[in-house]
Amino acid sequence: MSTQILMPALSPTMEEGKLAKWLVKEGDEVRSGDILAEIETDKATMEFEAVDEGRIGKLLVAEGTEGVKVNQPIAVLVADGDDAEEPESVAAIQVKGAREETKQQAEAEVREEVARGKPAARVADDTGRAEAALADMEVPEGTELVTVTVREALRDAMAEEMRRDASVFLMGEEVAQYQGAYKISQGLLDEFGAERVIDTPITEHGFAGLGVGAAFGGLKPIVEFMTWNFAMQAIDQIINSAAKTRYMSGGQMGCPIVFRGPNGAAARVAAQHSQDYSSWYANVPGLKVIAPYFAADAKGLLKAAIRDPNPVIFLENEIVYGRSFPVPKMDEYLVPIGKAKVLRAGKDVTIVAHSICVGQIVEAAEKLAGEGIDAELIDLRTLRPLDTATVIESVKKTNRIVTVEQGWPICSVGSEIASQIVGKAFDYLDAPPTKVTGKDVPMPYAANLEKLALPTIDYIIAAAKAVCYRN
Amino acid sequence: MSEPARKEEPEAGLDAALAKKFYYDMLLIRRFEEKAGQLYGMGLIGGFCHLYIGQEAVVVGMQAALKPGDQVITAYRDHGHMLATGMDPKGVMAELTGRATGYSKGKGGSMHMFSVEQHFYGGHGIVGAQVPIGTGLAFSNRYKKNGAVCLTYFGDGAANQGQVYESFNMAALWKLPVVYIIENNQYAMGTSVERSSATPELCKRGASFDIPGEKVDGMDVEAVYEAGQRATEYARSGKGPIILELKTYRYRGHSMSDPAKYRTREEVQEVREKRDPIEHYGARLLQRGALREDELKGMDKAIRGIVNTAAEFATESPEPSTDELFTDIYA
Ligand SMILES: Cc1ncc(C[n+]2csc(CCOP(=O)(O)OP(=O)(O)O)c2C)c(N)n1
Ligand SMILES: [Mg+2]
Repeated sequence: MSTQILMPALSPTMEEGKLAKWLVKEGDEVRSGDILAEIETDKATMEFEAVDEGRIGKLLVAEGTEGVKVNQPIAVLVADGDDAEEPESVAAIQVKGAREETKQQAEAEVREEVARGKPAARVADDTGRAEAALADMEVPEGTELVTVTVREALRDAMAEEMRRDASVFLMGEEVAQYQGAYKISQGLLDEFGAERVIDTPITEHGFAGLGVGAAFGGLKPIVEFMTWNFAMQAIDQIINSAAKTRYMSGGQMGCPIVFRGPNGAAARVAAQHSQDYSSWYANVPGLKVIAPYFAADAKGLLKAAIRDPNPVIFLENEIVYGRSFPVPKMDEYLVPIGKAKVLRAGKDVTIVAHSICVGQIVEAAEKLAGEGIDAELIDLRTLRPLDTATVIESVKKTNRIVTVEQGWPICSVGSEIASQIVGKAFDYLDAPPTKVTGKDVPMPYAANLEKLALPTIDYIIAAAKAVCYRN
Repeated sequence: MSEPARKEEPEAGLDAALAKKFYYDMLLIRRFEEKAGQLYGMGLIGGFCHLYIGQEAVVVGMQAALKPGDQVITAYRDHGHMLATGMDPKGVMAELTGRATGYSKGKGGSMHMFSVEQHFYGGHGIVGAQVPIGTGLAFSNRYKKNGAVCLTYFGDGAANQGQVYESFNMAALWKLPVVYIIENNQYAMGTSVERSSATPELCKRGASFDIPGEKVDGMDVEAVYEAGQRATEYARSGKGPIILELKTYRYRGHSMSDPAKYRTREEVQEVREKRDPIEHYGARLLQRGALREDELKGMDKAIRGIVNTAAEFATESPEPSTDELFTDIYA
């Protein structure tokens, strides 16, 4: 009796990989735990172990083969003759009942929410005004554009700033020898050494506070949180110590520090590892908060953050790390903090997002265009100070606004934008400002529920149509 | 690295039924985890999945030292703890695949499962967070004078979190019935104990609170059991908290997507060959005459059957109803 050995998925995002090397040959006896092969995923080379016992009957895929699909049979295992059990083909186990939510359902749900939600009461406050309008850096005509991943752009930003300023150092869990849990600090230990690229114990409250002290002492720390979920252990030092010191000291001293790491939902990592902290930090005076999407912005804004004399919260996104975008090849590419970017001009509806949701609104706009709705897209890039001027200017033209984010709906970034618009552009509105957000629930693990909990392109399209009174 | 001495052989031996149970329970965890790794490889389990392979003797030995009503709490590497407390492999596997029949209806996943019935309080994803919570369970025991003890498990990496020491202080101050079990598998992700801890002897971490600590061979289920009995008795008697540092080893990567380049293949192989908790215990029981070869084989076969049934259950069960998205947020 024989069992097929299938190409394994060795990371949450792997769909195919390279069968780099066989460590067994046909005829070998294997036991559970024996290493069968080395497999290259998008991030690393992994060892693949046997689960069942038996003899390798046949190797179906030659070593060195690229692009082997997950779950494709790669070898045949023959059970020992005398103890022949039922043929247990692992391939026989199939996902049953995976339910895709239909597009119509999504639309109906969003429409209902739109119908129920009344715009927030007018708030005539003045907070969140953007700093003096800043322009993006002039990129000289003919500058070469290099396509890099967001991961590389972030690494390059840190490397450039560390070369430029000896007081900049990087600290966090697994940032040095492991090259970063998500490989953002790849190569930095080699270039800058263990004095400036520092592996910490798992002690977020401790090393965040230590970073604050080091900043008080004249250094410029970059503190990486493996993910922002773990910064909740450290949030007291971030807010009470880093954000408030300039004020409490009457301006004598501040805290030039960057806290950075991936924020928001990854894939299937459940409630305690999938939270969007955008509005949490955007709420705090004394902090600057940045949440880029494109690689050029990631690079230019991280460099600006490291140079900024204030504590900066830099929110990245794990799923975006691997995406590639063009970055201008310049000695100094800086992007101003506090300045949103209009990605697409349009006349019918303004759609605003930050971080990973920017990718979604770009896709949604293409589909909306196909249905005759011309959307204007704004990438906020910075959440505090919030560039409300750019958003208001757009709404004055389109008279409608949809905000998109992964965070929870109550007191969200979208809530703040709606409040600003209602306060400052009320007379221009032809429809209630509408939010597309993560659902008001802890992140569920189950695949079908997770899908429902996050903003989707369908929700965005439905919301845009709803504010345009189109079906 | 110093290893605690293995117990002298041959010995009188434990009650044969208990010895068999130890072997069986450890093997069940091993086979369950191998199957979970396989289902992950097939895309049926998502996100993070932290396997317990190599550490089985720890939870099996400790659990046997408990009395009914004693509680257990741990971090995200929790499948072994759940099986040891008697939770149903089907329900655990179905939670791993995110199905309605899982212990948390598919909403918690690998890292977040609970069973009030088996006094298992999770399943926590934030390194160190379970330590004050376990201390609080012990507080409730003392408050209610119910005689129960809480086993609070955490890793060598977690041992550097501040809240661990805040907990130690309160537990010692108020003489709480808690046993702190440090599962020292020598690595926190890619960071070895030596690279993260100023004092790598983690059993001494309670010294400044006068909490006694003991180092135990966590690859020897009987040594774990004996230490567990002493420790639970101590905590139950009203003397306050106690620390056990269990020296153990994880064979697999930190989670399914860790290539584990921070240690050599030989290092892992050596532990497997010289200290494997299941292989060695099996050999010991054969030698002692507590088990026969055919009994060992029979157990393996029965366990594979249980695990395969659990996997089928976990892949055939439906996903949770979409109505479940908004339930269980408030009472
Ligand atoms: C507060 C916090 N910081 C970081 C992480 C990411 N993380 C998950 S497990 C882990 C290593 C923990 O090692 P250890 O305590 O030794 O337990 P083991 O994984 O070895 O069982 C880290 C850093 C986390 N989950 N929570
Ligand atoms: Mg560990």
